[in-house]
Amino acid sequence: MTATVNRRGFLKTGAATAGGLLVSFYLPEQTRLAAAATRAKLNAFVHVSPDDTVTLFIHKAEMGQGTVTSLSMLLAEELECDWSKIRTEFPGVSTEYGPYQGVFGSQSIRTSWMTLRRAGATAREMLIQAAAQQWNVDKSRCRAENGSVINADSNARLSFGSVAEGAAKLPAPSNVTLKNPAQFHLIGKPTKRLDTSGKVNGSARFGLDVRLPEMLHAVVERSPVFGGKVATFDATKTKTIPGVKEVVPISNGVAVVADNTWSAMEGRRVLQIKWDEGAVASVSSTGISKNFVEYSQKPGAVARKTGDSAAALQSASKKVEAVYETPFLAHAPMEPLNCVAHVRADACEVWASTQGQSAARDEAVRITGLAPDKVKVYSEFMGGGFGRRARADYIGEAVEVSKAIGAPVQVTWSREDDLQQDFYRPAAYGRFTAGLDADGWPTALSARLICPPFGGLSNGVARTGVEGIVDLIYSIPNVLVDYHALDPGIPVSYWRSVGYSQNTFFLESFIDEIAHASGKDPLELRLRLLQNAPRLKAVLELAADKFGWSKPLPAGHGRGIAVVNNIGSFTAQVVEASIDRGKLRVHRVVCAVDCGYAVNPSGIDQQIRSGIVFGLSALKGGITIDRGRVLQQNFHQYDVLHMDEMPSVEVHVLPTPNNPGGIGEASTPGIVPAVANAIFAATGKRIRKLPVSAEELA
Amino acid sequence: MALVKFTLNGKAQTVDAAPAMPLLWVLRDQLGLTGTKFGCGMSLCGACTVHINGQAVRSCVTPISTVAGKTVVTIEGLSANSNHPIQQAWVEQDVPQCGYCQSGQIMTASALLAKTANPSDADIDEAMHGNICRCGTYDMIRSAIHRAAEIARTEGGRR
Repeated sequence: MTATVNRRGFLKTGAATAGGLLVSFYLPEQTRLAAAATRAKLNAFVHVSPDDTVTLFIHKAEMGQGTVTSLSMLLAEELECDWSKIRTEFPGVSTEYGPYQGVFGSQSIRTSWMTLRRAGATAREMLIQAAAQQWNVDKSRCRAENGSVINADSNARLSFGSVAEGAAKLPAPSNVTLKNPAQFHLIGKPTKRLDTSGKVNGSARFGLDVRLPEMLHAVVERSPVFGGKVATFDATKTKTIPGVKEVVPISNGVAVVADNTWSAMEGRRVLQIKWDEGAVASVSSTGISKNFVEYSQKPGAVARKTGDSAAALQSASKKVEAVYETPFLAHAPMEPLNCVAHVRADACEVWASTQGQSAARDEAVRITGLAPDKVKVYSEFMGGGFGRRARADYIGEAVEVSKAIGAPVQVTWSREDDLQQDFYRPAAYGRFTAGLDADGWPTALSARLICPPFGGLSNGVARTGVEGIVDLIYSIPNVLVDYHALDPGIPVSYWRSVGYSQNTFFLESFIDEIAHASGKDPLELRLRLLQNAPRLKAVLELAADKFGWSKPLPAGHGRGIAVVNNIGSFTAQVVEASIDRGKLRVHRVVCAVDCGYAVNPSGIDQQIRSGIVFGLSALKGGITIDRGRVLQQNFHQYDVLHMDEMPSVEVHVLPTPNNPGGIGEASTPGIVPAVANAIFAATGKRIRKLPVSAEELA
Repeated sequence: MALVKFTLNGKAQTVDAAPAMPLLWVLRDQLGLTGTKFGCGMSLCGACTVHINGQAVRSCVTPISTVAGKTVVTIEGLSANSNHPIQQAWVEQDVPQCGYCQSGQIMTASALLAKTANPSDADIDEAMHGNICRCGTYDMIRSAIHRAAEIARTEGGRR
C-alpha cells in the first residue's frame, strides 16, 4: 500500500534538542522503517529502541502551544530516560489514547498530568524489572537513572535499549508510585522546545506541506451567504484553465480540482455559480446590534441568582450602569485551513493539521460509511489553531472530494475563504448595573448577556455565553446574571478563551467604572473584593508590584489593570498605554500567572506572550456582516497586531503546589480590558465597544 | 506554458509553468519545496518571503516569468546546515511557536541583516512590519535579530 509507505517516509516530526544542541532525527526511509520495526513498545506512549533512542508519542497535536515539549517532560520525568536521546512522533488518532482525542480548552497538561506521568513510571518499572531479571536480583535493589537501570549492589548498568525487548514482554504493573513533586528534576525547569530545528529550516511538515504521489489540489467555492446552497453552476470557463482536472459539486459548494493549487484557484475565479442564498441573506451587523439593544430591555434566562440584586439595587446609595458590545472575530491562523484525504473502496486516510483528531475521524467515517478502524487520521504540525481547527468541516470537504474523484487530494483554503467561512467568536452584548453602598462598595451586580449560543443550552443558558460572569470572581452579595440566546445564523464556535474573551472585557471594564464612580483605586477595589480569592489576590499584587502601580507615568500615559480566573489558572495584567496622534500605543504589559505546578516555565512564558498578542489583535479587528456575507476579505481589512505595535511584555510565573491549570488561553481575556482601562486612565475616554475606533480616540 | 530558467538555492533550475503562476506555487507544488509558506496570496502577511537577487520578496505575488535569469534563495537554501546567524539565534532563543510564519520571518530578517549589520529597533520594525505572526513571537523575533547581529559580528571577526 503505497500511501502507508509514503506516510512513513514523511514521519519526520520529532527532533530532539539537549540544551539547544540540535539533533536531527529525519532519518532516511529504510533506516526509519528498520528503527520502527525493532523498537520495543512498552505502552502507547513509550517505545524504546536497541540503540537507546526513546520514542515518545505525542497524542495531543501541536499548534504552537508546546505540547511536544511539555508532554515529553511529563513522560520523561517519571521514565528517567536520557533527554538527549528522545524523539517524538504524532501517533494520529487511536483509541489507545482515549475515547476522544483533541486539543482544546487548554487541557493538554491538565488531562495528561497524571496519565503521562503514570505511563512514564509504568514503562520505567518494566525496564527495571527486566534488568533485575537479567541480573537475577530483586527489583527493589535496582533504580533507573538517565536512560539506564542501575544495580545498587554491584553498580552495574544496563541501558534502556538493552533491556527494552524483555521489558516489553512483561505485564504492565497495575500500581506505580509517582514522584513527590520535590523529586522533580525536569518538571519545573525551563526547557527549550523540541520542535524548533525543523521550524527554522523549512523542514517541519505542516498539513499544507503534505505531498503524496498522484495527489491533486483543490479549492472549494462556498456560498458567500451563510447557509446558502448551490442552485446551478457552469464550469465551462473553469475547464479551459490549464491544469484544471475536474469540477465536482460537494455538500458545501463546488470543488475545482487541478494539478496544482494555483490552477485550482484560477479555475475557481471563473466558475459561474447561482446560489440559493437562504434566510441569512437578510442579516447584517447593524441589525444584530439593534437586536442586542432590544433584547437587553427584557429579562433573559437566569444563569445565576445569588441574594436579591433587585432589592439591593433599589436600596443602593448609588447606581452604576454601562453597556458593552464586541464584534464577531475570526481565528485567522497563519496556516490557512487544508486537508489531504485519500478515499479508497476499503479504507480512508486523512492527513491534517487538526485540533480534533477524533472529530476528523468521525467526519470521515460519516462521509465514507467505512468502519472507524478503516479510517486513519495522521496529525501534522498546525500553523496555529486558536479553536478553528477543532471543527471538522474542512476535513469533510477533502474526504468528499477524494471520494468523488477517486484520488488523493489536498483541499486548500485561501485567506479569503478563511476569513469569510469561519466559525466566529460570537458578537456579544452586555448590560451591567451595580449598586454601591454609602462607602462606595458594590453590594449588587446585575448582568444581562446576549450572544449567539453554541456548545448547547441548559435552561436557556449557553455556558459559552456567560462564563466569566456567572462564575464571578468578586465577593458581591447580590448577583443576577441572565442570558439571551440571539442566533442570527452566523456560524460561531470556540475562539481562544471562548466566553471569557468578551465577558472579561465587560466585567473588568465595569469594575473599573465602579472604581472611578466611587473614587476608589481600581487595584484597591479589586483586592478588597478578592479577599476570599487568595490566588487571584496574589497574582494581582505581584503584577501591580512588578509594574510599579503607584509610580508616576509620563504625561499622557495611563495604567490599566485586569484579573481573571479561567481554564484553571489565575492571571493578572497591568498595562501602560497612551494615545499618540489618534493611535493607540500599548507601551508595556506586566503579567503575573499562577497555573499551579509550572511544568515548563519557558513554555508558559511563550504562551502568556502569545495570548497577549492575540488579545491585542482583538482590540483592532472585527468581522462585519452585510446581507449575510462577511465584508472582510484579507489581512488588509482584518487588522491584526504587527511587529511595530508590539509592547514590552514581562511575564512573572508564580508557581504554587496545585495541580496544573491550562495556559494557552490564560492571558487573552485580561489584556483587552487592561488596555481599555489604561486608555480611560490616559484620556478619560471609556471604551465600551470593540474594535477600538480611530474616531473614538481622536 | 513557458520554460523559465533561474538559479534556485545555488543550482540552475528550469520550470515549465504558466507565465503568471506565482513563484510560491511553483516552489510548493511543482518543485516540492514546501518550506516557503502560503498565508494570504496578496503580499499582506510575509509567510511566503524568499530572496530574489538578495532582496526579500513576497513569492505569492511574483509571477514566475519575472524570475527568469534571477537568483532565488528559499528557506531550504539559506544555509548549508541551518547555521545562518538568524537561524542560530532563532534556535538559541526558542523563537518559533507554531512555526508556520517563521520561514518568512527568517527570510525577511536575514535580508535585513545583509543590508544592515547592526539594526536598531526602528530598522527591525520597518523591515519586519509586513510579516504577521499570530502566535505573537514578535518580541522574541526582535531580540533574536539583535542576537543574530552579534553572532554575525563574531563569525565575521573569526574569518
